Amino acid sequence: MTTASLEFEKPLVELEKQIEELKRLAGDRQLDVASELAPLEKKLIELRDEIYRNLSPWQRVLVARSNKRPFTLDYLRLAFTDFVELHGDRLYREDPAIVGGWARLDGDSVMVIGHQRGRDTKEIVRRNFGMPHPEGYRKALRLMKLAEKFHVPVLTFIDTMGAWAGLGAEERGQSEAIAHNLFEMSRLKVPILATVIGEGGSGGALGLGVADRVMMLENSVYSVISVEGCAAILWKDGKSPEMREKAASALKITAADLYELRVIDEIVPEPPGGAHADYETVAASLKEALVRHLDELSRLKPDKLVRRRREKFLRMGQYLE
Amino acid sequence: MAWFRKEKKPRQPRREKLEIPADVWEKCEACGHTDIREKFVRNLNVCPSCDHHRRIRAGEYAAILLDDGTIEELEESLRSTDPLGFPEYPARLKKAAKNAGDADALLAVGGMMDGAPVNLGVMDFAFMGGSMGSVVGEKIARLGQRSLERKYPLIIVSASGGARMQEGVLSLMQMAKVSAMLAQLAERRIPYVSILTNPTTGGVSASYAMLGDAIIAEPGAVIGFAGPRVIKQTLGQDLPEGFQTSEFLLDHGMLDTVVHRKELKKTVSQLLRHMSGKPAAAGWTST
Ligand SMILES: [Zn+2]
Repeated sequence: MTTASLEFEKPLVELEKQIEELKRLAGDRQLDVASELAPLEKKLIELRDEIYRNLSPWQRVLVARSNKRPFTLDYLRLAFTDFVELHGDRLYREDPAIVGGWARLDGDSVMVIGHQRGRDTKEIVRRNFGMPHPEGYRKALRLMKLAEKFHVPVLTFIDTMGAWAGLGAEERGQSEAIAHNLFEMSRLKVPILATVIGEGGSGGALGLGVADRVMMLENSVYSVISVEGCAAILWKDGKSPEMREKAASALKITAADLYELRVIDEIVPEPPGGAHADYETVAASLKEALVRHLDELSRLKPDKLVRRRREKFLRMGQYLE
Repeated sequence: MAWFRKEKKPRQPRREKLEIPADVWEKCEACGHTDIREKFVRNLNVCPSCDHHRRIRAGEYAAILLDDGTIEELEESLRSTDPLGFPEYPARLKKAAKNAGDADALLAVGGMMDGAPVNLGVMDFAFMGGSMGSVVGEKIARLGQRSLERKYPLIIVSASGGARMQEGVLSLMQMAKVSAMLAQLAERRIPYVSILTNPTTGGVSASYAMLGDAIIAEPGAVIGFAGPRVIKQTLGQDLPEGFQTSEFLLDHGMLDTVVHRKELKKTVSQLLRHMSGKPAAAGWTST
């Protein structure tokens, strides 16, 4: 899979082209090119590794937002079985920007809920860029309550630039919908695991993010405000690459930053070249982490689980006294 | 009563009246009505001509809502720090403290409301636009804890553009933190009343502002998840008249009631007494 959409990956694309060309030639003319191919392939791996090890915070935003990254439904396909999608908030409509339903993780039933983006233009529009309306959050809460009713854990996947800012969203109470989720997630009597798989944009991300354990994929980001928005407000320039870089680094939005700030519990490693370079590997890593955390959490009685979840969030913040 | 005492005052000579210094006059931002400051103040900073509710400070809300002489500031020693090493944040904090005081963007107080004890948090827009960072979240959490321990109702007056971006994701997490505290209050049936003033947007609106057992707004306040500017940008067109005002939210079922500042204390007090099984305060039974 080539990854041409990201500027800093261009050297990789060049190398990949060379390798493919060589392979094609070899195939056509029945030549043995192994000795020439090996160093190129080695170089590709090294270069990819180097680029990804040195991603700047803004570059990570671009990776996190990439349409090539695996989305919630990809993880559902790769790490889960027996998925039955459930639609609708029972109040107003179905919001395709959030998907959810029953699935099995290692054979056990779980409720999976996640933001869902689109890959092609039509799907991107249908899913509204993965930016939910209030209905999406209300559907999510409905499914969480359903999971609680049947004593099944909730696994959420966060992948949104934010909750939608529009007329309908405001009319139907975007704020209320998100606030209500925060409130209810803090008291849900089944384990909740949240994983940021792409971009965790502000309240629209947190609306699925109050959990016993919060994880981030290595190249995901999680922020209180969009990098562009921050740069625009502070330096009246949300467009130039310099200001975006400055804002991205000031906001401390990478998985490593959030781990250091004790906002997340674990960083799930991505394969060299990022999650989009190897869906199977990242899905396997994610599955391993989910199973491990669920195993730990399932030993706790519901009251203790909720008490610990509350204590976890009540500790968050830094101040002087 | 006030107006009898006034009559006893000696009449001001006409000449003196004409020499009122310029800074005694106030002008309404909404309608341009000009009046002596005292008239605005006596009207709780609501324009005597058009009823526009002017922005007032946190301490003024405390004085409006609580009984005279009962107000005690709580958690006043909490100060913001700079957890991310964010550019210019320490300087901004310093400036905000100089202009708006040391309470950060939320004044936490205990006091009596018509003789009944309450905990009250009032956001202060004058401090960095009422932005919610770790101190705001911690103060509300502690007020909530105090409410849990003493079974006192909690009241929060919101005035905020949202989360404080200089504290990054820690500010975002304050939404979850405060919501987790409010869930505990709800489970113990301790009433929580949320009062929304101009403006209440962003992370504040998407957490505690919208979680009240009663949600009250002052007239004409801008309330919403996204600020009007952001929505205008997404839409690429002007917003409908009155969009995201208190009255708009009331029409769309998002608020319990819109109340004039003069009626705020009475309404909250009535609600709290209903919710905590207390009789009506003296003198209310007929109204
Ligand atoms: Zn006026």
